[in-house]
Amino acid sequence: MIVTSQVTKSYGATAVVDGVSLTLPSGGITSIIGPNGAGKSTLLSMVSRLMAMDKGTVTVDGLDVTSTPSDVLARRLSILRQENHMTARLTVRDLVSFGRYPYTKGRLTVDDKRHIDEAILYLNLTELTDRFLDELSGGQRQRAFVAMVLCQNTDYVLLDEPLNNLDMKHAMGMMKLLRKAANELGKTVVLVLHDINFASWYSDYIVAMKHGKVVNQGPAEHMINPAVLSEIYDMEIKVHEIGGQRISVYYE
Amino acid sequence: MRWLGLAIVVTIVLAIISLFVGVSDVSLGALLSSSPEDRPMQVLLISRIPRTLAIILSGASMAIAGLVMQMVVRNRFVEPSTAGTTESASLGFLVITLLAPGWPLMGKMLVSALFALGGTALFLRILRAVPLRDVLLVPLIGIMLGGIIGAVTAFIAYRYGLMASLLAWSMGDFSGILRGRYELLWIGLACCALAYIAADRFTVAGMGKDFTTNLGLNYQRVMVLGLVIVSLVSAVVLVSVGSIPFLGLIVPNLVSLMVGDNMRRTVPWVALGGAGFVLACDIVGRIVRYPYEIPISVVVGVLGSMIFLFLLLRTRRHAA
Repeated sequence: MIVTSQVTKSYGATAVVDGVSLTLPSGGITSIIGPNGAGKSTLLSMVSRLMAMDKGTVTVDGLDVTSTPSDVLARRLSILRQENHMTARLTVRDLVSFGRYPYTKGRLTVDDKRHIDEAILYLNLTELTDRFLDELSGGQRQRAFVAMVLCQNTDYVLLDEPLNNLDMKHAMGMMKLLRKAANELGKTVVLVLHDINFASWYSDYIVAMKHGKVVNQGPAEHMINPAVLSEIYDMEIKVHEIGGQRISVYYE
Repeated sequence: MRWLGLAIVVTIVLAIISLFVGVSDVSLGALLSSSPEDRPMQVLLISRIPRTLAIILSGASMAIAGLVMQMVVRNRFVEPSTAGTTESASLGFLVITLLAPGWPLMGKMLVSALFALGGTALFLRILRAVPLRDVLLVPLIGIMLGGIIGAVTAFIAYRYGLMASLLAWSMGDFSGILRGRYELLWIGLACCALAYIAADRFTVAGMGKDFTTNLGLNYQRVMVLGLVIVSLVSAVVLVSVGSIPFLGLIVPNLVSLMVGDNMRRTVPWVALGGAGFVLACDIVGRIVRYPYEIPISVVVGVLGSMIFLFLLLRTRRHAA
């Protein structure tokens, strides 16, 4: 369980994240949605200790993220940010192997190699294993990064806009994969998502943020509702039920 | 692995050639036909072997320093001479020579390394304050900083009548290397070993701060370790042979093109490449105007700037 309490981050006078207290359930997929500048990515960065918070605390299974040794956290929680400017020329296999670093500090065992092969297979990267990252398309690179994070084999997987750069087929594949990881491996997946239909279709729990605050949260079926969504996004959003799934329509 | 073996053989062959090139007649025949006290053996022991060792050690360690710096700064075009490090080391050496001329070389070298560390930290501090949109802006800032520090150094040297000494140690040259005058360079080899031990950490740091933190490593600590290695190597090479520009830039870049950036794999290549490249340049410098010599920094500078230009143009094309 991830618990945040009064988490705040300000730049000058503006609070980007403003006193957020949240309890994210263990297991399943939780999506954080909201308009641009709502503070979603900043919150995720603070939860994963990539960014220091000005106020508040975050605990992961009771471990305070600011005081727990970083390598202990690295075996429990992994994070992939949205922008990843990788200047290092690594092969896909090298990159995914570094997902094992928190366990091995560089010396790979047979068990580590199994994890690496599985992650590569999971993300359909078998044909690209020996290619350098700078020779891949944006979508292929994104899949390689996710493979690395999965290879880290943590209970909590935090992904900031994992569907960035992915076409429809790969976006759908990625969400299915995360669903599978949550269902079969019991992982807790926390995502920042922009596409509310992906959020609706694949999430168990949805948190909505706006102006640095949590404005609403609940199970997906409670959140994907015209009144709730319109209030979050300040626009008219219709919700249709198609084949048992709630789909939002907001194109006019 | 096979290619690495070939590289080792090439380096050894170059080292052997280096032993036998020079004005004084040192050949296998002359060595065997004279007693150990005679001139050929003495030249070999006092001059040629130390010189060849100095070349290998400084070449390998400067190339490794460049590699480490490129990983921790995350920019392909930084190396000690494009980040203010070499110039700071030079300033430190001048200051301690003025203040405590009687100190042993080891002590002076450590002061020089401290200055190098300070100068590099200043460079990183400036980088954090400047919004960087272009990879080439980073070495440009470093070169400017180096220019300013170099000007301060030259001013002090001028005031105290030390311009000639400053020129002597800021221009890399192996012709003055004799037994007893190069041994500090073994510290450079120790730094290479350290870089190899910490190779995975540096590779992780090369992936960026967020990746490093995610994998449970302390980014700051890896940075500091890297900068200590870079500063020590720069100071050791500066006080022993003088500065060798571009070396830390071209060798790691060429290796990166061939085998990538996983340091566990690149460290042996970069060390061998650095040693081999300087050996070749030094042999060329000794042969071109035989029996006179051209300093190593001139040969490396000419060849290095050409390769540097090639790399720059390649990056431009790559980006476009």
